[in-house]
Amino acid sequence: MSLKLGIPSKGRLQDKTIDWFAQHGITVQRTGSDREYAGQVLGVDNVELVLLSAGEIPKELAAGRIHLGVTGTDLVREKMPRWSDIVAEVELLGFGHADLVIAVPDCWVDVTTVDDLDAAAAQFRADHGFRLRIATKYHGLVRRYLSGEGVADYQLVDSQGATEGTVKNLTAEAIADITSTGDTLRANGLRILSDGLILKSQATMFASKAAEWDAAALSAWGGFAKNCGWAEKPF
Amino acid sequence: MKNDRRARIKEVADRLSAGFVSAGALPVETDSLLPADVLLDLYGEDIRARAYVTHDPLQGEQMLRPDFTVPIVQRHMSEGAEPARYTYNGNVWRKQSGGRPAEFTQVGYELFDRTDPAGADAEVFAMFSGMLAGYPLKVTTGDMGILLAAVDGLKTTDRRRAALRRHVWRPVRFVRLLERYGGMTPPPETRTALLAQVAERGAETVLEQAGTPQGLRSEQEVLARIAVLQQDCAAAPVSAEEVQMLEQVLALKDTSSAALETLRDMAASFPALKAPADAMEDRLKAMAARRVDVDTLPFEVSFGRTSMEYYDGFVFGFTAPDRTDLPVVASGGRYDALTRVLGQGRSIAAVGGVIRPEALVAVQEGAL
Repeated sequence: MSLKLGIPSKGRLQDKTIDWFAQHGITVQRTGSDREYAGQVLGVDNVELVLLSAGEIPKELAAGRIHLGVTGTDLVREKMPRWSDIVAEVELLGFGHADLVIAVPDCWVDVTTVDDLDAAAAQFRADHGFRLRIATKYHGLVRRYLSGEGVADYQLVDSQGATEGTVKNLTAEAIADITSTGDTLRANGLRILSDGLILKSQATMFASKAAEWDAAALSAWGGFAKNCGWAEKPF
Repeated sequence: MKNDRRARIKEVADRLSAGFVSAGALPVETDSLLPADVLLDLYGEDIRARAYVTHDPLQGEQMLRPDFTVPIVQRHMSEGAEPARYTYNGNVWRKQSGGRPAEFTQVGYELFDRTDPAGADAEVFAMFSGMLAGYPLKVTTGDMGILLAAVDGLKTTDRRRAALRRHVWRPVRFVRLLERYGGMTPPPETRTALLAQVAERGAETVLEQAGTPQGLRSEQEVLARIAVLQQDCAAAPVSAEEVQMLEQVLALKDTSSAALETLRDMAASFPALKAPADAMEDRLKAMAARRVDVDTLPFEVSFGRTSMEYYDGFVFGFTAPDRTDLPVVASGGRYDALTRVLGQGRSIAAVGGVIRPEALVAVQEGAL
């Protein structure tokens, strides 16, 4: 069997991943037409390239269907409870930086910390009769963070996109979302809480502990390891 | 093998259930699929992390029964006469992080009686203690009412007392609040800066300059909280003696009768502790009358603070020592506050507990 390497199927994350490999003397290239999800790896033997949606990569790693995969730390931590039992962080790749943050409307001048958010949530629930809504797609990460901080009287509402618009649309009072520059938040009249950083994420090479690491896969790992300066064994 | 084990679990569950019935409890059944909104409103987001929530296009969000307490309280409040004793024996579902089965059995007993709280606490504890006698278990008791009374007795603003009370079940934030109120940590810089701006320009101007209003939380609500922050900033710190008293209360851990002595001593300086000490004395007497040895029974004020969020009075737990793989084997306590929330103002005095037959069977197997 060969080593299966999963990389994002399109976009900036794919381009940066290909660049990163190129810097380490490994050529990762698409084959066929632009639209066809196929590719190959030159410079390391016994590698099969798998192009996947970045959001699918954690699942494929967990199932052991790929040996290595490039995805954001945010997605792995959100989608895999006890992630460190399932995957090993091989290397932080230094791109795809994004912070998962809690943001509130600019006009909430009284709320600048998580402590304020908790107090505002208590007051909001008393005034409105329901828990203060925080829109997010990172339910697990946000819940764990707020629970650890001892915040009460809030609820998470699901938002799979355009989360910054939920406050204006009156479907949430605050949001927890990924941001790289904060521009979209600012443009939507939202401000990050001073201690509202839940996670600093970046593109990361993960190795699956569930995949079958047979001789061929290990020898391919050795090829990567030599070029990229990784350890002798994947974990 | 698996079938054998199931049969053994069922046998234990049925025996426990029969014990509760013979003690006068009415066996009740509840739905397995419950409307999620009540449970979510009651327990908050934490329950979403633990319970299975599913969506029905017509009924909205539904939850697989995470415990029996809520449906039984609801049933009792709509149709029950008091005093009432109920027992149940069935499955609950909870997501488990440690690889334990998500579906497991609970056999429980709930007592609704407002005439004699000490007697009711003692009755429930003695019953559990009797049923679990013979198993190698460690018992701990506590009383959330002591900490709540200590908070209520603080010489500070109503708001500070309410904020501490609200976070009694969240130790991290409780300590942070107490340190702030006691003047041990300064308020956040951003808050000091805001209050300085407000003093200089007025709250309304500060708000106007902050950007276009948006969202459901109104400008009035923001102004109201600024006023609260101003009052809080002007309030005197909670005294060092009172902070120390709270810390002593939180750390109190002894045998029940010795803990009561300590509490009595503390009540001499802090009269707010007299009422919970009286209540504890009544309970210990009632327990002793039921042949519970209160001179050896372990007691911890902080017991149940994090794991049993809806209990607000007497609490107890039975665990298997050296079996960190097992959940709490049995636990229970008084939850008057929960009935107040569910009854929307109406409340009942409620105490109850639950046994996990799976854990009991595992303890037995380990002891063989």
